[in-house]
Amino acid sequence: MDQVKLIIDGKMVEVPAGTTVYKAAKVLGIDIPVLCYMDLKDLNIENKPGGCRICSVEIEGRRNLAPSCSTDVADGMVVKTNSMRVINARRTVMELILSDHPKDCLICAKSGNCDLQDMAIKLGIRDIPGQEYAEVSTYRLDTSPSIIREMDKCIMCRRCETMCNDFQTVGALNAVNRGFHAVVAPAFEMNLEHSPCTYCGQCVAVCPTGALTEVDHTPKVIQALSDPTKTVVVQTAPAVRAALGEEFGLEPGTRVTGKMVTALKNLGFDYVFDTDFAADLTIMEEGTELLDRLTKHLNGDKDVQLPILTSCCPGWVNFFEYHFSEMKDIPSTARSPQQMFGSIAKSYFAEQIGVDRKEMVVVSIMPCLAKKYECQRDEFKVDSNPDVDYSITTRELAHLIKQANMDLVNMEDNEFDAPLGESTGAGVIFGATGGVIEAATRTAYELHTGKTLESVDFKQLRGLEGIRSASVDFDGLEIKIGIAHGLGNARKLLEDIKAGNSQYHAIEIMACPGGCIGGGGQPLHHGDSSILKARTKAIYAEDEGKVLRKSHENPYIIKLYEEFLGNPMSEKAHQLLHTHYFERKKKVFEV
Amino acid sequence: MSKYSMHLLVCGGTGCKASESDILTEKLKKELAKQGLEETVQVIMTGCFGFCEKGPIVKVMPDNTFYTQVKPSDAEEIVEEHVIKGRRINRLLYKDPKSKEEVEDTGKMGFYKKQLRIALRNCGFIDPESIDEYIARDGYMALGKVLTEMTPEATIALMKDSGLRGRGGAGFPAGLKWELARNNASEKKYVVCNADEGDPGAFMDRSILEGDPHSVLESMAIIGHCIGADEGYIYIRAEYPLAIARLKTALQQARDYGLLGDNILGTGFNFDIGLKYGAGAFVCGEETALIHSMEGDRGEPTLKPPFPAEKGYLGKPTNVNNVETLANVPPILLKGAEWFSSIGTEKSKGTKVFALAGQINNVGLIEVPMGTTLREVIFEIGGGIKDGKKFKAVQTGGPSGGCLTEKHLDTPIDYENLVANGSMMGSGGMIVMDEDDCMVSIAKYYLDFTVEESCGKCAPCRIGNKRLHELLERICEGKGEEADLDRLRNLGEVIKDTSLCGLGQSSPNPVLSTLDNFMDEYQSHVVDKKCTAGVCKDLLEYFILEDNCVGCTACARACPVGAITGERKELHVVNPVTCIKCGACMEKCKFDAVILR
Amino acid sequence: MSSVKVELRKDQIEKIHSFCDAFNNAHGELINVLHKTQSEFGYLPAEVQEVIADRMGLPVAKVFGVVTFYSFFTMIPKGEFPISICTGTACYVRGAENVLAEFKKQLNIEVGETSADGKFSLSCLRCVGACGLAPVVLVGDKTYGRVAPDDVKEIISEYGS
Repeated sequence: MDQVKLIIDGKMVEVPAGTTVYKAAKVLGIDIPVLCYMDLKDLNIENKPGGCRICSVEIEGRRNLAPSCSTDVADGMVVKTNSMRVINARRTVMELILSDHPKDCLICAKSGNCDLQDMAIKLGIRDIPGQEYAEVSTYRLDTSPSIIREMDKCIMCRRCETMCNDFQTVGALNAVNRGFHAVVAPAFEMNLEHSPCTYCGQCVAVCPTGALTEVDHTPKVIQALSDPTKTVVVQTAPAVRAALGEEFGLEPGTRVTGKMVTALKNLGFDYVFDTDFAADLTIMEEGTELLDRLTKHLNGDKDVQLPILTSCCPGWVNFFEYHFSEMKDIPSTARSPQQMFGSIAKSYFAEQIGVDRKEMVVVSIMPCLAKKYECQRDEFKVDSNPDVDYSITTRELAHLIKQANMDLVNMEDNEFDAPLGESTGAGVIFGATGGVIEAATRTAYELHTGKTLESVDFKQLRGLEGIRSASVDFDGLEIKIGIAHGLGNARKLLEDIKAGNSQYHAIEIMACPGGCIGGGGQPLHHGDSSILKARTKAIYAEDEGKVLRKSHENPYIIKLYEEFLGNPMSEKAHQLLHTHYFERKKKVFEV
Repeated sequence: MSKYSMHLLVCGGTGCKASESDILTEKLKKELAKQGLEETVQVIMTGCFGFCEKGPIVKVMPDNTFYTQVKPSDAEEIVEEHVIKGRRINRLLYKDPKSKEEVEDTGKMGFYKKQLRIALRNCGFIDPESIDEYIARDGYMALGKVLTEMTPEATIALMKDSGLRGRGGAGFPAGLKWELARNNASEKKYVVCNADEGDPGAFMDRSILEGDPHSVLESMAIIGHCIGADEGYIYIRAEYPLAIARLKTALQQARDYGLLGDNILGTGFNFDIGLKYGAGAFVCGEETALIHSMEGDRGEPTLKPPFPAEKGYLGKPTNVNNVETLANVPPILLKGAEWFSSIGTEKSKGTKVFALAGQINNVGLIEVPMGTTLREVIFEIGGGIKDGKKFKAVQTGGPSGGCLTEKHLDTPIDYENLVANGSMMGSGGMIVMDEDDCMVSIAKYYLDFTVEESCGKCAPCRIGNKRLHELLERICEGKGEEADLDRLRNLGEVIKDTSLCGLGQSSPNPVLSTLDNFMDEYQSHVVDKKCTAGVCKDLLEYFILEDNCVGCTACARACPVGAITGERKELHVVNPVTCIKCGACMEKCKFDAVILR
Repeated sequence: MSSVKVELRKDQIEKIHSFCDAFNNAHGELINVLHKTQSEFGYLPAEVQEVIADRMGLPVAKVFGVVTFYSFFTMIPKGEFPISICTGTACYVRGAENVLAEFKKQLNIEVGETSADGKFSLSCLRCVGACGLAPVVLVGDKTYGRVAPDDVKEIISEYGS
C-alpha cells in the first residue's frame, strides 16, 4: 500500500494511504477526542457516522473543520488538532451536546464509566450558556426485563443502531424522527418488549452514556442476603472471572476466580457455586442429544434433523424464536447452564440440605443481560417460583463488591463450595466463542468412540472469525462443525439451513462478539477489541490449568446422575434440564 | 404549428392554475368551437411565463399581445374581439406602473426587457405535453449531435469550456463533474436529476419541469452518453403533481420516438429514465442524502469523500445535477461554449433563474445574465417595492443564504460576489423586504425552517440550530441580552465550521448576515427592547394618538388592569408598565386612536 | 409520533402486499411503496407499516424510521378537507403566520392535527410556487390566494362548518 506523509500538530508522520487522520494522529501519540466513533476492528464493526463532531480538526486549505475519525489522510496534508479554532469549536459543540442532556450524573448508572462525562471533564466544561431556557429532549422511560432505555441521555452516536442492525441484524432499534427530535428507538417508539429485541445487550455494551443500561437487580440481592430466613446460593458464569478484575483496575485478561469466590463469601452468600458445574451438565445432556440425533440421522430416520444447534445462549434463543420460529425444532432442547443450575439447586441440592425451594434464593452472576430475561421465563418456574431468582451482571457484582468496601485486588483466593462448585476445563471454556462445541466434542468423541482423546485441545474451533467451520474425525466418522458469534453471522448459517445448504452436523451460536466474554453485562470495553482477546486467553488458560478437562469426568456430575437423574436424557433429566421454544414474533399491538 | 393561423398561449403554471387558468383554457376552447374556429386557432396550455404577479396570463401569437389577470369570464370577449375582429382588449393589457400606459407586448415590458431566457427558453412558448413542439424548437438536436458527431470527451470538453456551473447551490463546474463520473470506471453508472426543490421560496425547477420537461430528459441522456451510464433517475418532490404528470407524459413520448430506451437514434446507445419520489425533506437536496433517500433510507447525508461520482446510488458512480443546470445543457451544445461563456461574469457564466418574491411589485420567475445587479433585478424587472415602501433587504439563497442590503444593490450577481457578501446563490430564491420587515424575525423564520428540516444526524446542526432559534426567539420577545449577540455569532460560526453537510454549514447564514448588516436592529431589540419595523408583538406598546383621542373613556373602562388614565373629553394615556397588552382598548376605540408602536 | 389504532381487513392487507410485490419487495423501493400505500389509505398507521415491513423483509423499526423522517408521510388520518397553509418565504413575508394563527383559532387545532369531527386537518407546506398570490392557502386541491386573516372564517364556512 502507498505510504502518505503528512504533518499533524507540526510533526511529520508517515502512514499507509487510506488511514484516517484520527489514526494517523494516534501514531504520533496524539489522542484526538472522539465520542460517536467506535472501531472493533477484529470484529469488523466500525461506527463512524461523523455525527458528534467532537473529533473535528483543522486541515490547511479546507474551508471547514473536518471530522478526523472519518477523514482520510492525503499526502502533504497539514493538520492541526489543537488550534484555538479547533478547541473553541470542540468546546462549543460539547456545550451543545450537554445542553440537551440531563445533568443527573450523581445518580446515573453510567457515572464514572461514561464517555460523555469523561469528555466533559477533559474539556473542562463548567457552564452551559443559555441552559435555563434551552429546550431539553424528554422521552418516556422504557423498562424491559433486561434493559432500561432512558433516551433523554441519548447523544445520537448511533453505536447501538450499528450493533443492533449491522452486527446483530436484530433490527429492534432505528433512528426515528428528524432534527432535534431524532432519537434511536424501537418501532413506534414502543418499549423494547414489543420489539424483536433479544436482550443481547450489545447496545448497552457500546452506549457511551447512560441512555442504555441494564436493569439493576443488586438491591434485590442485598435484600435477599439480609433476610436470615433465606438460603442464598450464587452461581458464577465462566466469563465473569475473566473480566471482573477490569472493574478494579486489573489488566484485561487477569483471572480473579479465587478472589471472586472470597468476595462472594464475604458478601454473605451461603453457598458459592459455579455455573461451570452446570456447563458440564449441559454437555452431558446436549452431547448425548447430539449423539442420539446423529445416530438416528445416520440410520436414515427422516424425522430427525441435523444440524443440532446449541441453546445455552439466551440472546440467541430469543433471536431464533423471533426470526426463525419455523425452525424451532432444530436447536438442542437442553436448557442453558444458568437454568440447569437453578433447576438442580432448587431440587437436588435443596433436598440435600433440607431447604424448601421457596426459602432458597438462587442468584446468578452473568456476563449477560439476556439472562435477566431468561430467568423470568415462565417455563423456568415451579409454582411461580423461579429456578433462578435474580441474574446480575459482572458490572453489578463489581458495584456490590465496591459498596461493601472490599479490596478485590488484594483478596486471598478461595475455592468454590461443593457439590455444585466443581467443574472441569470443559465447563470454563463455555465463556468463549467455540468453547461450548469444543467441550461437547471432547465428551461426544469419547462417548461415541469409546476411546480416550490424546489431546483435548481442538484449536481449529477457536478464534475470533465471525463464522468458522471445522471437521473432527470421530474415529472414521467426519463430524462437521460450524461456529458463529454475533447474531448477524448466526443469521447467515440459519439462512443456509433454511435453504437446505447447510453441511454441518452441529453448530454453536453465541449472540455476543467473542462469545460470553464480550457479553452485554461485562465491563465496558469502550470499543477496544484487544480487551476481548485478553479475556479469551484467560478463559483458555483456566481450562489448561484444570486437571479434569472433560465434562463426563466431573465426579460430582457422575454422582448427580447416580444419585438423582439416572441417565442423560432420562425422564427426570428431561423434566429438569430440557425445555421447548415458542414463536415470539407478534404484532406490536397484540402484545 | 403551421396548421393554425393563431395561437392562444395560456399559462398553466401552478400560480396561474391556482387562479383558474385551466378553467379559462376550457372556456376559450368552447368559445372558439362555438365560432367554428377550433381548426384555425389553437389554445395551448404552456408552462410558466414567469410573470406570476399578474396571472393568469394569456399570450396571443403571432401578434405577441400579453394579457394579464384574465378570468374565465373574459374568454368570450377575447374570442369575439381579439380573435375575430382583431381588436386588442385594452383593459386586459399590462399597465406600466410608472407611465400608467398600457403595454401591448412583452418586448416592451420592464419585467421582460432585461431578461435573457436560456433555461426557461421554452417555458411559456410550447405545450409541455407535446414532444413535437419541443422538437420544433430544436429539441433533441443536441442529443443527436452528441450521439452522432461528438465523442464523450469532446462533449465534456465543450461543457467545461462553457463554464456552466451547478445551479443547485454551491456552483460546482458541471463539465468537471461529468468528467469525474466518466473517469471512475464501472460497469454500471447512474445519472440523477435532483428535482427535490425544497427552498421555501423557490419554484424554478418546478416551472422548468412543468413547462419544458423534455429539456431535462434530453440532457440526462447526453450525460448518460458522456459518463457511460444507461440508467437515470429523476428524484422529484411528491408535492409536485403537475410536474410529475408532465414528466410521465414526456417520458412516454420520448420512448415512443426512440429518444429514450434501447438503441437511441440507431446509435447503439441505450438509456432510460425512471422517477423516484421525495417525501418532504429539504436535506435531500444534498446529493448524498438524496442518494440515500433514493435507496429507500432516511435521507441522512454522509461525509464526502467519497463523492457520488465515485460511490453514489447503489455504490456506483453517479452524476447528480439539478433541473436548471440540465435545462442549460442543450442550448450550450448547439450554440457552443463560446456563446455561453460570452454571457455573464468572469467566473460565473450564462444566466440564472430567480424566483422573485416578497414585497415587490412584479413577483415572478425571471432569468437574467450573471452579473446583472440586484438593483436592476429589484427595481427594473421587479418594478420596485410594493406600495411605494422603502427597500430594506433582499434575501438570496433561501435558508442557506443571507440578507443583502442597500449597499449591495449595485453588486453584480454571481456566485463569488454573493458568497463574499455573506450570502450565496443557492437555488435562486430572492425575497425582497421593505421597511416593515423585521430582520431579526426574518432570521428567526429561516432558523425555524432549518430546525424543522435538520436531519438530526450531527450535533451542531441538530442542537446548535435549535439553540440559535431559541436565542432569536428570546430577542424577539424582548428577553435578549447583549451577550446573546456574541453567542449568536460564536454559535453560528461553530455550526458552519463543524456541521456534516451543506445544510448545517450554511444554516447560520441568515443570522450571521443580518448580524453583519442589521446590527442596529438587533441592538434596538436587545438594548431598547424595540422592534423598529413593528413586527415583534412583545416589543410593541399600546399608545393613544393625541390627534384622534376624543376622551370618550371607552378604552379606560375596557382596560382590565387600569393601565389607562385620563379625564373625560381629555387625552387618555396608557401606562406601559401596567399594560398587559391584551388589546381590549384598541378593540373598543371607535376613533382609531389606540395604536401599537 | 402519535397514531391511530386500526384493524386491517384481509383485502386491505392483500392490497398492501400487492404494492410491495409491484416493487419486487426491493428494500430500495420502500419510499415508493410508502407513497403508494399512503395514497391508497390516506395515512400510514402502525399496522400498515407492520404489514409492509413483514412483506418486504425489513425491520418494522426501519420502516418507522423512514416514515418519521419524511414530512410527507403521516400516521394520522387527514381531515375530509385538509387545509394547508403555505409558509414559504414569500408567503411568510406577506403575513402567512397571521393566517395560520387564525386557522388554528377558528378550528381549535394545532398544525398536524385533525378536528374532532374529522372534517378539517391543518398542515403547513413550503412554497407551492404561487408566490404571486401570497399568502396562499390550499383546501384539498383548491387554492386560495392573497388570504388575509379576515378571510379565514369565510373559507372554512365554504366547507360547511
